[in-house]
Amino acid sequence: MSEYAEKIRGIAKKLLDDGTVDMVIGFRKGTIPLINEPCFVKDGAKVDALIWDSSCGVNLANYLPKRKEKIGVVAKGCDSRNIVTHIVENQITREQLYIIGVPCTGMIDRRKIRLAVGKEILSVSEADGKVTVSGDGYEEVLDKQEMLQDNCAICAHRNPVISDEMVADPVPEQTEVDRYQDVKAVEAMDAEARWNHFEQLLDGCIRCYACRNACPLCYCPTCFVDESQPQWVGKSIDKTDTRTFHFLRAFHCAGRCTDCGACERACPVGIPVRQFTKKLEKDCKELYDWEAGMSLDVRPPLDTYRAEDPDEFIK
Amino acid sequence: MRVIKIDKKDWESGVGKLFGDYSLFGPVKQGAFHNFAPLEKGQMPDLDYVNTRLSPKSVVYPQCETMFEYTLDETQPDHHVNKEIAKDYSPRAVLGIRPCDVKAIDLVNINFDNPQYQDPWWVQRRDALTTVALGCNNPCATCFCTTAGTGPFDDSCADVLLADMGDHYLAKVRTEKGEALVGKAGWSQDAAGEAGAMDDLAKQAESKISSKIETGKLASKVTTELYDADFWEDVAFSCINCGTCTYLCPTCWCFDIQDEVQGKDGCRMRNWDTCMSGLFTLHGTGHNPRPNKTARVRQRFMHKLKYYVDKYGDGIGCVGCGRCVQQCPVNIDIRRVCELMNRFEPGKECA
Repeated sequence: MSEYAEKIRGIAKKLLDDGTVDMVIGFRKGTIPLINEPCFVKDGAKVDALIWDSSCGVNLANYLPKRKEKIGVVAKGCDSRNIVTHIVENQITREQLYIIGVPCTGMIDRRKIRLAVGKEILSVSEADGKVTVSGDGYEEVLDKQEMLQDNCAICAHRNPVISDEMVADPVPEQTEVDRYQDVKAVEAMDAEARWNHFEQLLDGCIRCYACRNACPLCYCPTCFVDESQPQWVGKSIDKTDTRTFHFLRAFHCAGRCTDCGACERACPVGIPVRQFTKKLEKDCKELYDWEAGMSLDVRPPLDTYRAEDPDEFIK
Repeated sequence: MRVIKIDKKDWESGVGKLFGDYSLFGPVKQGAFHNFAPLEKGQMPDLDYVNTRLSPKSVVYPQCETMFEYTLDETQPDHHVNKEIAKDYSPRAVLGIRPCDVKAIDLVNINFDNPQYQDPWWVQRRDALTTVALGCNNPCATCFCTTAGTGPFDDSCADVLLADMGDHYLAKVRTEKGEALVGKAGWSQDAAGEAGAMDDLAKQAESKISSKIETGKLASKVTTELYDADFWEDVAFSCINCGTCTYLCPTCWCFDIQDEVQGKDGCRMRNWDTCMSGLFTLHGTGHNPRPNKTARVRQRFMHKLKYYVDKYGDGIGCVGCGRCVQQCPVNIDIRRVCELMNRFEPGKECA
């Protein structure tokens, strides 16, 4: 991991010093364990702030829309797919970007690891697929694979799909994963059970919109929940309004979501919001054989029409 | 103030006796974390927790509350008249609240109950509330309460302050409300002789606080210079403008007023608001004086660490509970921002 950081710094310095980019967007060391902070560097002399480890989960594509600068951006597999989506959706141009690709072996779920350890974690280190955590009078070694965020555990595109320079050789992709186990379980429920399941999922939502704001797809100048003329959705924690927000947000991500997990990672009360977006991801895969953010040259399924598109689902 | 001893075997029966006289609130495990919630009759507060995910401010100041209702039906004589909704202001007690969170309620009180304004709903709920705090024997690494005007055993605000001594609690009963509550619970065993042990425990806990902030120079900074400081762009860059920090914060007090109408029946409610949202300052004209995230992030920190300091002169508008530090989805850390603000000198780069 530290080799990645060294490589990122080297590339960033070169890009800034020779004027290829105006800024590099990456991560700096977090002030607490298990989360690093997205940051920008504009000065080649300050690239040492940039780091890399398995706590760089935040999707950096979220920081690109509407920027005017030439930008070097550090990108994992999912970030790269959201960058592709941004370019396809005209949120930024390919020419503005220098994509520093990072082959990714998954990000640690900071809440999962805290629950597993059950004690306050004061420091974390990782090597060879193991994560060592320590705190007041203890040290524990865990398998990183078991501490991954749920979306990382089933990720099928760990390597960036687009880049100008890679910091390392590609890592093996996970091919034997069932991406939709949780969605299938919900699909198998009858209507009442499914309703109750969703009710339970959303119980505790405080309408902070961290899920929406962490999502690279949510760049609308005015979100539908923020419209006031007319106002579409109530702003309290009324169950109907909260459901409306979550379901509509998910639908707005149909055919666009890369399952980067930003929404779930951000939620302060631990709602597994990916269950909504994943159903739509699964539908797009099954109906249109579509995976978001894989190519700059293909229009997304929901903004194109083909005569042979399947239509059983609207009969 | 007096000190009493509560044997742990008498804790449950004492709490049980309180249900008749108080609506009780306490920490309850909700999935992976604790939150304050109303306790059902017979339910015990789960005191085996460090800090709740959300602050307990909702006990006095709910996230959403309906203030008025009205009808738009013009055949009714009182159409278009806001009628106040009856609310329950009977005695309530919160058990096991942390001293920093009690301090926060006192701090928010400045906003809702002052010579200029008295918010009727806050004032009545606050008056109805008795706080039974539990000192923190083992604070977190993100707790910076001792440099934020309070501490793990701050006994300046709670009606009763408990210290967990292992097989028993020691309780400082500070107020009449506190006396009334311990009386009803039947806790009366005098322990004046053990007050020193409680102070020792408090000192031990304070010495465990490793996280500290410097705030001494904030008051002397020139507001406009701090406002224009060069570090805000760097501080705000990662912010996604969600409401996590403000909704989890025990001292964020801002609210929004909304009318909701169904058919001809309407109600006027208030909901917590968040200065991280563009809507917070969006004018009816379409103009927004805080048009971008840097302006919003600056507002949050300037409010807590500069405007509050200058306006009230009693320290910062933060109690150091560390919730925003732990839960910010992008790791914006108020301790770091406070350091930048406190050491800021115009003309000198400090990011």
